[in-house]
Amino acid sequence: MTSGQDVQATGVVICLAGDSGDGVQLAGRRLAQQGVAAGLGLGVAPDFPAEIRAPAGSLNGVSTIQIRFDAGEPLTAGDTADVLVALNPAALRANWRRLKPGGCLILDSGAFIEKNLALAGYDVDPVAQLETSAHDLVRVDMTALTLAAVEKYDLRRRSALRCRNFFAMGVVCWMYQLHTEATLAWLDRQFESHRELGEANRAALRAGMNYGETTELSARRVLPVASDGSAGPRRMVSGNEALSLGLVTAAELSGLDLFLASYPITPASDIVHLMCGWDEFGVRTFQAEDEMAAIGAAVGAAYAGALAVTTTSGPGFALMSEMLGMAVALELPMLVVDVQRAGPSTGMPTKPEQSDLNQALHGRSGEAPLPVLAASSASDCFWAVIEAARIALRHMTPVVLLSDAAIANSAESWRQPRLRDIRPINVRQAEAGSPFAPYARDEELARPWAVPGTPGLQHRIGSLEKEHVSGHISYDPGNHELMTRLRAQKLAAAARHIEDTVLFGSDHGDLLVVGWGSTFGAIRTAVARARRCGKQVSHLHLRHLNPLPPDLGRCLRGFRKVLVAEMNLGQLCARLRDEFLLDLQPYSKVQGGPFAVADIEAML
Amino acid sequence: MTNLAEPAGVATGARDKRDYRSDQQIRWCPGCGDYAILAQFHKMLAAVGANKEDHVIVSGIGCASRFPYYVDTYGLHGVHGRAPAIATGIKAVNPSLTVWVVTGDGDALSIGVGHLIHALRRNVDIKILLLNNAVYGLTKGQASPTSFPGQVTPSSPAGVVDRSLNPLRLALTAGATFVARCVDSHGRQMRDVLIAAAEHRGAALVEIWQNCPVFNDGAFVQPSRNYLHLRPGQPLTVGGDGERALTLDQGGRLRVQRTDDADPPLLRHDVGNAALAGLLADIEGDDLPVPVGIYYRCTRPVHSDALRPEPPLRGRRSAQELLDAGRIPRAG
Ligand code: SF4
Repeated sequence: MTSGQDVQATGVVICLAGDSGDGVQLAGRRLAQQGVAAGLGLGVAPDFPAEIRAPAGSLNGVSTIQIRFDAGEPLTAGDTADVLVALNPAALRANWRRLKPGGCLILDSGAFIEKNLALAGYDVDPVAQLETSAHDLVRVDMTALTLAAVEKYDLRRRSALRCRNFFAMGVVCWMYQLHTEATLAWLDRQFESHRELGEANRAALRAGMNYGETTELSARRVLPVASDGSAGPRRMVSGNEALSLGLVTAAELSGLDLFLASYPITPASDIVHLMCGWDEFGVRTFQAEDEMAAIGAAVGAAYAGALAVTTTSGPGFALMSEMLGMAVALELPMLVVDVQRAGPSTGMPTKPEQSDLNQALHGRSGEAPLPVLAASSASDCFWAVIEAARIALRHMTPVVLLSDAAIANSAESWRQPRLRDIRPINVRQAEAGSPFAPYARDEELARPWAVPGTPGLQHRIGSLEKEHVSGHISYDPGNHELMTRLRAQKLAAAARHIEDTVLFGSDHGDLLVVGWGSTFGAIRTAVARARRCGKQVSHLHLRHLNPLPPDLGRCLRGFRKVLVAEMNLGQLCARLRDEFLLDLQPYSKVQGGPFAVADIEAML
Repeated sequence: MTNLAEPAGVATGARDKRDYRSDQQIRWCPGCGDYAILAQFHKMLAAVGANKEDHVIVSGIGCASRFPYYVDTYGLHGVHGRAPAIATGIKAVNPSLTVWVVTGDGDALSIGVGHLIHALRRNVDIKILLLNNAVYGLTKGQASPTSFPGQVTPSSPAGVVDRSLNPLRLALTAGATFVARCVDSHGRQMRDVLIAAAEHRGAALVEIWQNCPVFNDGAFVQPSRNYLHLRPGQPLTVGGDGERALTLDQGGRLRVQRTDDADPPLLRHDVGNAALAGLLADIEGDDLPVPVGIYYRCTRPVHSDALRPEPPLRGRRSAQELLDAGRIPRAG
């Protein structure tokens, strides 16, 4: 593993940690924005508590954001950090392991007081010990310096202390010589109605920079080389943002209105928060009374001719099972987005897991197959949801798209595409006067989409079994078997459109690592390093979990050993074993956090 | 079927009720009250001159929920209790459609009561026909939320112990903008109410007492009680002879008194008076009549308006603008 170090060393990783009330997420995202604006590639991984208000200063209340700047597009936010800023002892305790040997540790010494040390569970002040470590330790009394910097504004002590995040950001900006103009302007806009607060935050940011400058705080550090922008503009995008952009793009590509019905649930809610402001883009959102109503409204909207979507997470997805089964029977095109979190039940709402795969594949009564896809990174949510819409509309079927808390909240730099470069989505709604039977099928086994309001095509569909072609209620045994098989064959029809699998590495060898969803970055990075060390290892990442790519069996058979890495106890592994009768090995991690590159490397 | 005179205000040349029948064989038990309701529904469609393609009937599960199959409009037979949610989605996408929900007491008031309340409170422009037979028919006779205390069913052999749910009170509380009650055997009155519901813009709840001769025969037959036909602006007279009517006693309770007795003054029906509607909905016991007709009606903005008017597809802004924006615009 040792020679893997040089690969890991690309880019710069900065980690900000504090109490959840300290605003480190906000400051971190501003820092990231500035990097992207400066032409850097970006990986951002936040980690925040589920509790709205864990006790201030406690370990449970620690909020962390890790930002990686790179010359290219990094696949992860990095395993370890070059710089760690800890705004209190708990933040240090929760995150010191992230710091690289020789990395720079910046502490707010003003927050390392007895009370906070006790809250973090330190018996003795850890700073003395750190002084003798290999780290570059920088102690700054950010508490006092921030209070001094914002003194002239009429703020209460509490509000004044809330500016510490921007002081810390200022220090980091000085260290990496990052321009802060954009953030200063942003603060102006953001606090338009609270001018004092905006000014105070600006003052704190400047004070942080100046403090670095005047005290020559530590060695200045260098950022990776920024791109010259010739490849087009880049922006920062989170998984939930990319997913929302993908939905509105899919609606435009298909010429349909978008209807999004949802019930609030972490970590999916942000999608609705975004899209409810997009009515001018043909989007209508509906906050339903529960998840059953959310998917019910989506079914109604699909029936009425819109591109219908519902977004949720595991427990909400469970409530949708019944209606999703009906959508299979009705053969209506719609999307269910499950932003997975650690389960079972309420589990750990802000922590990622990939344990809803079985629920997506099988969680319905009866034989109710439907396509299941997964997004592999924040920006990939955009492409994955367009693909999901394409399948839904082509085959007249509900489609489940799996994201998870890791990619929903993480962010990346992204070169946004041009709409005209994306293949349009073909939609065929039945027209008045054409010969019509509700359950006749085309070559994709799709039934016609006859939208209410179309003269002459009145018909009734429902949750009871229907007769092939006519759609009339039918209890005929032969018809039921035919319909059951037809619903299964729709999946086979969808499989024909899946592109050939692209293996990373060679198509045969000692070891293949198979992954799906948000584990992409960690696996790809680890496999790339191992290959550079001369190992015979390849990576196969699955977007389509149902139906599986037709060439998948052949790909798997090219390797002596196949490892299926996933954040569950082997759900995809079991599915693949069942499908291909191969002796695949599961590699599981269920700790409410994504795989680190090192986790995968340890297995290669 | 008797050929009733068309009500006033309906355009001549309205279509024939037979135009609205589907080709499906009806599968309710002989004598079921649903037949009479379906017949009035067909007549209502003819009376309002409905375009078949602009109507959608959504249902859940239960005997009543077979309704969409028997009407030649668009129809969606859903899952148990969730028809109001499905209807909300249809209406949100295409507000120009006329959407009916046909449901029963189990469907609407037990498994689906959460959705019913919210559709009413949002004033979704849908018309909900609640066919109340005070029993589960399709699953063979269990007690429902509107079953009467003491009612013996396979699931309550010693008699129902729970209080029954009052759908009209529920609808008023939830914020329905049209609340009415009909009886399956009163065809003419039912049709008038259905026409009024069809013409109402907003969430309408029409409870229809529907006899289930198989599992709960005669549940609503109350020989000791009269019907009170609610007519806007008219005194609340009880029975056919016009000699008695409702009034309020000094405690604010409804009671029956002779019409020639001028003190206290007789009440007149005011469909815009929610307090009066509440009193009428709360009527129970043998001393008072059964009000039938429109209890309450008002106008409020409907849900699809609140969801913002439909952006014209051609005029709408392109997703490219969102992709190119330096910052993704957020609401608020
Ligand atoms: S069970 Fe009762 S309600 Fe159902 S169809 Fe038969 S008679 Fe009608």
